[in-house]
Amino acid sequence: MPQEDRSDTTTWFQDEVMRLLPDLLAGARGMASSSADAEDLVAESVARAWEKLGDLEDRDRFRGWLFCIMKNQFLGRVRRRNARPTEVPLSEEEAHEPGFSLFDQVHQPFLLWWGNTEQDFLNNLLKEDLQQAIEGLPDPYRTVVTLADVRGFRYAEIAEALEIPVGTVRSRLARGRSRLQEELWTHAVDAGLRQRDPPEGGTIE
Amino acid sequence: MTLRPDIDCEEAVRQLAAYLDQELDSSVTETMQRHLDTCQSCYSRAEFERRLKARIRQELAVDSVPLDFRERMRLLMRSLP
Repeated sequence: MPQEDRSDTTTWFQDEVMRLLPDLLAGARGMASSSADAEDLVAESVARAWEKLGDLEDRDRFRGWLFCIMKNQFLGRVRRRNARPTEVPLSEEEAHEPGFSLFDQVHQPFLLWWGNTEQDFLNNLLKEDLQQAIEGLPDPYRTVVTLADVRGFRYAEIAEALEIPVGTVRSRLARGRSRLQEELWTHAVDAGLRQRDPPEGGTIE
Repeated sequence: MTLRPDIDCEEAVRQLAAYLDQELDSSVTETMQRHLDTCQSCYSRAEFERRLKARIRQELAVDSVPLDFRERMRLLMRSLP
């Protein structure tokens, strides 16, 4: 490669990686078991991407391509450690049927002159509550929820990045969000912010 | 142009996540919008889900990359052959 082209490519690569760093780290956090592991995974993946950059045919697909590399790096680590199978199966407890809805818990079907119970609930949510609820999700759910809801990925982009069908993205997202909402509700009940079973026709404050 | 038939609440709730994620095609999106315009219950549910989604994004999307890791990546890329 001529020196000038190489310099352009290096600058482009560095700029793109820095721009995508929040997405990459969010995706890695969904795969790795700790923040430190996630950071190592991103660093390894970026180094690997640089080595294989000649294989990238379309620069517009750089994000998806880099995510594929990261997923493969992750699977390689798993195989090497032999600690977890390639596709982490969900235990019976973790395999969550989508069905729980926070809205169903907090909604009052009649107007209250003193306030809006749904908005009150959202106002009481802390960043830490949301963070803990997401971090507590099983890996496959955490990854798709993080990519979709925190990083704003489209379903097709998640499917490409994780090499799973779009239908699987949809179902994991539905289950992950349902479980996330259940965690937030449980936390609110445990913290005494909500009653588990509001009296019929009464308030749930 | 023919409009898609209206949907009931059960179908609206089933499609709600994809609607809020802007993953439905335009004709289903219009059908959802028509339903939400006329159904107070589904509208309230959609608003709650939309606000929760926005809240998650607002709280967690920023400052997601620690400064020391950003610096580590800068150094790494400078050292790439």
